[in-house]
This record gives sequence, C-alpha cells and structure tokens, in this order.
Amino acid sequence: MATPNTPLWEVFIRSRNGLAHKHVGSLHANDATMALQAARDIYTRRGEGLSIWVVPSTAITASDPAEKGMMFEPAESKIYRHPTFYEVPEEVGHM
Amino acid sequence: MYTQALNTAEADDRSLEDAARAAQFEARIDAEERIEPNDWMPAAYRKTLTRQISQHAHSEIVGMLPEGNWITRAPTLRRKAALLAKVQDECGHGLYLYAAAETLGTSREELIDAMLAGKAKYSSIFNYPTLTWADIGTIGWLVDGAAIMNQIPLCRCSYGPYARAMIRVCKEESFHQRQGYEIMLTLCRGSDEQKAMGQDALNRWWWPVLMMFGPPDATSQHSDTSTKWKIKRFSNDELRQKFVDATVPQAQYLGLTIPDPGMIQDDDGHWRYSEIDWTEFKQVLAGNGPCNRDRIAARRKAHDEGAWVREAAAAYAAKRAHRRTARAAE
Repeated sequence: MATPNTPLWEVFIRSRNGLAHKHVGSLHANDATMALQAARDIYTRRGEGLSIWVVPSTAITASDPAEKGMMFEPAESKIYRHPTFYEVPEEVGHM
Repeated sequence: MYTQALNTAEADDRSLEDAARAAQFEARIDAEERIEPNDWMPAAYRKTLTRQISQHAHSEIVGMLPEGNWITRAPTLRRKAALLAKVQDECGHGLYLYAAAETLGTSREELIDAMLAGKAKYSSIFNYPTLTWADIGTIGWLVDGAAIMNQIPLCRCSYGPYARAMIRVCKEESFHQRQGYEIMLTLCRGSDEQKAMGQDALNRWWWPVLMMFGPPDATSQHSDTSTKWKIKRFSNDELRQKFVDATVPQAQYLGLTIPDPGMIQDDDGHWRYSEIDWTEFKQVLAGNGPCNRDRIAARRKAHDEGAWVREAAAAYAAKRAHRRTARAAE
C-alpha cells in the first residue's frame, strides 16, 4: 500500500514581541507536534523568531484571485473612508 | 495551502478565453507584477517553473553529499560545527524550494520520486568528488559563490513563491561562501603542502564551476521563454562573466593560479576565459560524471532507509486521529 502524502502545514513566526505572526512558508509533517519541531529547524536556524504557529493548510480558506475585482473594488470607490476626504481649515491645526 | 486548492494544470486549450487570459498574464509580467500560485498562468510557464524549481531543490539535497563526506573528518571542532551548519542549511534550502515547487501543483513526493528514478536533473557540479579538505574550502568559495551569482537575480523572479524562497536562501548563502574562503585562506597561509592542496582543489573545480552557469547563450534551450517571462534576468554567459570577474582577484589574494593559461584581462577590465569543454558538461549531465551513480545510490539508500520512519509517523498520526473521532462519538 502506498503511504499517503504527508500533510502540508503553513508556518507563521513572530519575530519579536509586539509584532504579529507572519507567514514564512510551509512544510510537511504528520502531526502538529512534528510540524512545530520541523518549523523550528527549517525556519528559525538564525534566531528568526520567538513564537511559531503551525496551521494545517487545509484549514485555510483563500479568496479567489480571479474575483479580486468583485472582492476589493467596493473599497476602492469609497474615498470618504479616508481622512484626506474631509476638509479642515488650516487654522484648526493638525487633526 | 496552495497544493490543495490549486487550479488544475491547463491542457493545451486554444479557446478564446485562454487567449485573453494569456494576454492578461503577459501584461502582468511586463508590468513587473508577481504571479502567485492561484493566479491563472500558461501551462508552459507552470511546467518550466516546476522543472527549474524542482531541479534547484534536488541540487540542494544532492549537494549535501559531497560536503557531508567531510563532516567526520573536519580538521577542528570549529570547522566541523560550521560544516554541519552549512550542510543543514542546504537541506533547509531544498525544503523551501520543494515547498515553492509544490505551489505549482506537483507534490513533493512526486518530485522526489522523479529524482530518485533518475528522471529529474540536478546541478552537474555535485557529480564531482571531494578528495581532500581543500575541496570543502573550494566548494564554499566557488560553488556557493557561483550559486549566489545565479540566485541573486532570482530574488526578482516573476513567480512569487520562488522569489521569496530565493531571498531566504541568499541571506544564508553568504555565510557559506565566507566560510569556504576562510578555509582556503588558512590553507594558503599554511605549509607548502597545504597551499599545494588548495591549488590542486582549484585546478579540479575551476572548469566544472564555470559549467554551473549552463550552456553558452547561443545553445541554451530554455533561455528565451524564461527571459520573456522574467524567470531569468541575465543570460548564462553574462552571469558566468560576472562570476569570473569577481573571482579572479580573490584567487590572486590567496596566491593561487586559475588553471587557465589563456586567461587575459581585456581593456574594460573583464577577465576573458578560454573555451569551456562542453563535451565534459554533456557527459556529466548524461549521467557519466565521476560520481553520478554514487549520488543517486546514496539518495535512494537514504530514502529507503527512512521509509519506516515515514510509515511510523503516518501510522501514529492515523491512530491518534482515529482515537479522537472515537472519543468524540462517545
């Protein structure tokens, strides 16, 4: 019997306290413990992080790049959501 | 995340819709946009990248063998620790690259099987033997030096995951070259015998290293489309010349002689090297280099001997998952 392919995990690393975890890459491992150990070896050989998250790749739902127009265009047209849309007289000073 | 949710590889479908998408794709490339895994891409782009990235990954993994040969015989503990770290890095580079290749839709298992079956290529340079400790210095200095020259432009490759993997790799590669040069410097400042050992290693590695940049521009079969798609930013000959120009002064500093009596410096300061023996390159690629059979045999042995570990890990994970489901059902 052929062994099924080893599951894929996405790796996120917090490089220092105060910063968010950032996606750094992926790896294969059979379970969460092994994924965490592999992430340590593959992605933090030079002190790149203080904290690691591993997430099964199958748990991620991604938006479809082909639909990015429909997805993100509505935000583009709402310029009144930006502070520069509003006029404040200079005398009022920085706001 | 990309392998599970990828677009299936397109058959060679000439529908109008595809022509429109292809035009859109070319426009994105021209505008220096990065292509990401779930974006539409021509089947040939997917294929050429899968080939290139997986060959690159195989090279990193097979590349562990010639240096691994000297870990237990490194002359000092300092050298041994550095060499171990370097070989571990090569393994890491292989893994980043397999992950990047997988985003194009071929699993790591399939890629590795192709390499073990002798169907996929890896860099010709790793089919040469490491006969003395000076070879370890020369590999770091020249082989990693040539790899850096080749990889820096790849950090701007049009395919996002490959470019990101290359950025990581380049950051780590600089230590490799410096540790190699330091080994050479120590040998060249040592006894006459040690310096002769350094010269001998340079003599053996020089020409194979120049071949690492691939066939001359006039005969390279993949260059045109790769350049058009911005996978490749410089031609083989341009990179080779850059490497030679950077390396000659480093050899002079060591007091070593480049084994090319015909080499001259032209008026623009470029070092012009003699004709490369491309028959040797073709022979090595065809499987007839000094160590081709050993390298594949070593990879197969490692793969076979590791089978029980992969099976045990999969069985343990399956058992735990089964227990969780049983508990949840109670």
